[in-house]
Formats: sequence, C-alpha cells, structure tokens
Amino acid sequence: MTDTPLPRFPRLVDRVLGVLPTMPLDLVLRRFVTSLADRHPSLFSRLGDQAEKRFLIDPTDVAFGFLLRPDPAMPRLETVKRGGDGVIDASWDARIAGPLAALVGMVHGALDGDALFFSRDIVIEGDTEAVLALRNAVDDAEIDLLDEIAAATGPAERFVAEAMRRAAPFAERLTGVALARAGGHQP
Amino acid sequence: MNVPLPSTTAKSGLVRPELVCPAGTPAAFRTAVEAGADAIYCGFRNETNARNFPGLNFDRTELTQSIRFAHDHGAKVLVAINTFPRAGATEIWHRAVAEAEDAGADALILADLGLVAHVAAKHPNVRRHLSVQAAAANADAIRFWVETFGIRRVVLPRVLSVPEIKAINAEIDCETEVFVFGGLCVMAEGRCSLSSHATGKSPNMQGVCSPPSHVVYKEEGTDLVAKLGAFTIDRTPKGVPAPYPTLCKGRFRAGDYSGHVFEDPVSLDAAQLIPPLIEAGVTAFKIEGRQRSRAYTHAVVAAFRKAVDDHMAGRPIAADMTRSLAEGQTTTAGAYKKTWR
Repeated sequence: MTDTPLPRFPRLVDRVLGVLPTMPLDLVLRRFVTSLADRHPSLFSRLGDQAEKRFLIDPTDVAFGFLLRPDPAMPRLETVKRGGDGVIDASWDARIAGPLAALVGMVHGALDGDALFFSRDIVIEGDTEAVLALRNAVDDAEIDLLDEIAAATGPAERFVAEAMRRAAPFAERLTGVALARAGGHQP
Repeated sequence: MNVPLPSTTAKSGLVRPELVCPAGTPAAFRTAVEAGADAIYCGFRNETNARNFPGLNFDRTELTQSIRFAHDHGAKVLVAINTFPRAGATEIWHRAVAEAEDAGADALILADLGLVAHVAAKHPNVRRHLSVQAAAANADAIRFWVETFGIRRVVLPRVLSVPEIKAINAEIDCETEVFVFGGLCVMAEGRCSLSSHATGKSPNMQGVCSPPSHVVYKEEGTDLVAKLGAFTIDRTPKGVPAPYPTLCKGRFRAGDYSGHVFEDPVSLDAAQLIPPLIEAGVTAFKIEGRQRSRAYTHAVVAAFRKAVDDHMAGRPIAADMTRSLAEGQTTTAGAYKKTWR
C-alpha cells in the first residue's frame, strides 16, 4: 500500500477482451466459478444469507462486467455488456465498480478495499452489507486468480499453471498490477 | 492460560511493549502473525463480539486452529467477548467464554460487569482483560475492576492524553493497553447510543456500530451521499475522500455552523507517540481494524512492528507510514495530543 497512483492494465487488454465472443466466455466463467466453489467452500459459507444476492462486478475500464450470484448450491458468473453510454444494464443488489487492476488487487490481497473506497478509486452501490460480506469472504479465501483459472482447465491444470507462473512476474513488472496472491499462504 | 509480562531489552533498558493486532478472518490472523504481531485479538461470529460484521470472525474450529498457529509462532491470542449480554440470553456469552478457554486463548477481553464476575468465579484461571467497551477511564474505576475481579489489563478509552495515562498508570496495579492506529472512537465506549438511535441496532448489545445493513451510498451529481438509516451523514464532492457514515463523524448544521461537530472522519495514528507512551508506562499497543482486509493488516502491523523495533533499538520512527489506509486519508494523534474545541 502506497500513495502512488493505482496501476492500470494496458488499453490492449480492454481491446482484446472487448472483441471476445460472450457465449464461450460465459461457458469458461461457469466452469471457473464451479471450480472455485469446489476449491473454496468456506468462501461461500462465510457469505451466509448474502450468498443469495446478485453482485455486479463492474471493471470500469473494460467493455463488460460480471454478474455474480454466489449461491453455494449453484454459483453463477456471467458477463454483462456495457452499453454505449458506459452503463451496464443489468439487475443487481450490489455493485462494486472500479478499474480492473484495483478489483484484481483486492482479490489478491494486495490492495485494501476500504482504502480504495476512501480514496474513491472504487465505488460501491446498493446493498452495503452484501458488498462487505463478499469482500470479507473473498479476502479470507486467499484466492489466486491464476491458480483458479488453471484449476478450471481440468486435465491441463499443470501445464496452464506453469505457463502462467512463468508469464506472471514479467506481466506484473510491465503493468504494476498484482496478478498473483500477495504474501502469506493458504491453509 | 498465562501471558507473561513484557520483557526488558538489555540494549536500551526500555520495557518492550506488546503489539496487539486485529484479525477479522483466519487469513488476516495468519497475516498479522507473520507480519510481526506479539498478540492477536479476534472474536466469535456472533453477537458476543463488538465487531459482529457480515463475513467476519471465527467459528470454534477456526479459532482453535488459529490459536494453535499463533502459539506455534510465539504469538498470544486475546479473544474479545466484549458486548453486553441480553437479559435471558446470557448462555450465549457463557458458552463463548468456555469455548475460548477450551480453544487455548491466552486472555479474554471483557466489558460487562456480570460476565466479568462469571469468568472470575467459573473460569478463575483465565486471564482477564477489560475491554475499551467498559469505558474505565480513571484510576478509581480501574482499581475497582482489578481489586474486585482480578482484571490484569485495561484497554484505555481513546479520550485520554498522554499525561493523563501516565497519571493513571502511577495509581493502578495492572497493565494498560492503548490504541495506536485505526478507527477513532471519541465517545464513552460501551455507553454510546448514537448508532442505536439511527438504526435500532446496538454496538454494545449486538456488536454493530453503524451496521452496513443500514449504510447506503448514492451518487448525486458529482457528490457522494453517505446515509445511515434514514439520516444523511455526509456529502462529499468529487475528489474528496469518502467517509464511512458514523454519526459521531458526521457533518451537522447548527445555527450558522456547518461541519463536523464531534470528530472529523480521520484515523488515529500514534506512531510518533510510541516513546512517550512507553515512558507513561503503557504495556501494550493496540491496532484497530478487525473489519479491514489482510492487505491493511499486513501493512499496518509491519509498519508498527518496525516502529516499535526502531524505537527499542534507538532509531527514529518513520512518519506517515500508513496514511493511505486511513479513513479520510488523514490521520490524527487524537486525544493523546488533543486541543479540545
């Protein structure tokens, strides 16, 4: 945590993500969230009643957002496109919005959500209790998104994990974005 | 269940203070231990705990595993059972005490007179600390707790100056613990009903001051409006740090005056006061923030570990190590150096 400005993903990332077809991406996300639920059951149990809420994860520098419903029995994660006015037209209970790098940094435990909110780098709207429950549950799960993506690939996990582990330090140095879990260890 | 007194370093002759650090989740707990905490404080996931926020805290299994982790790394664990039991439901609090003792807690942090009496009578081997929620702010009150219930340490309210703390320490026969960083409560803690008035939920009975279930943020034009229940607590223009809507740090209008009446939305940072606080006889330094992330925990615990170690080694303490983590992005030395309005 420093007073320096937040890092940003290069514009190229948004352009690449922006042209990805939604349907295959949603299939990947479905597999990803199912794997996440299997690997981190405490993330979902810690949410309690808040697991029934719909969360709009809105990376404001990307062409689409993610709608998350962390129901332990049937978790759902899908893309929702941003309209021409920059607004995502979706029904949600709680919205967490900010640069993709800030959201990824929070998930990886490299950035503090409250500090990002106080500095207005991120915005929350709607059900504040649900947002805090999700933030606390994700923080406790010590998620590494690269590990989770690799795990969701099934038989290719070892190969994908190794490839990403090699590429991540270079990409982190290039962008300043926390692409892997910060410090500590998983239980 | 016995916490030894802090040791004296041979090099400086100073008594090394204990660094007491927050943990709202098992992950934050491990982070605090690895960042250099001497002791961790935490609580159960229920109303016995004054930080009863969604997604936070420990069940019995998590507490037992965490205490084992702390002890393996030479750290102590203080379990906060620091709300005031509801009439007819004291069993919930009694069970929490028994489960914390079974889990291997090094001390309990208690606030309620009846619960302290229960622990003294039924769990006499458990070391008893008095929570800041008990609002024991003078030597007479502290002596009562020590002599009647065997309290070994008192967490002092955040309304005392350093000279006042020194004067209290000279008159009492127990350890004192003071807050050095984090959210700044300027009220008579355990007695304040401002949040209860606005939300119907009590910080003292249910463990939720300004509960997030009653917090709403709304963008109105370029302003961010922060509400607690039906009350607009603050309105901040674009570019100004956002506050958490607690009534004591809200903006009020009174006659021609409009602004913060009780306290500004800032955080306490007493790093520079570590030397005089040690001189005043303080035993332990407490970091607030069980509701914060493990990124906060790591940054603040590491910074205060370094500050204490630097002072003990005769080095100067670095300034402004953690300002970006503070509410309002601003810090204060609070009442320790307060010039009252």
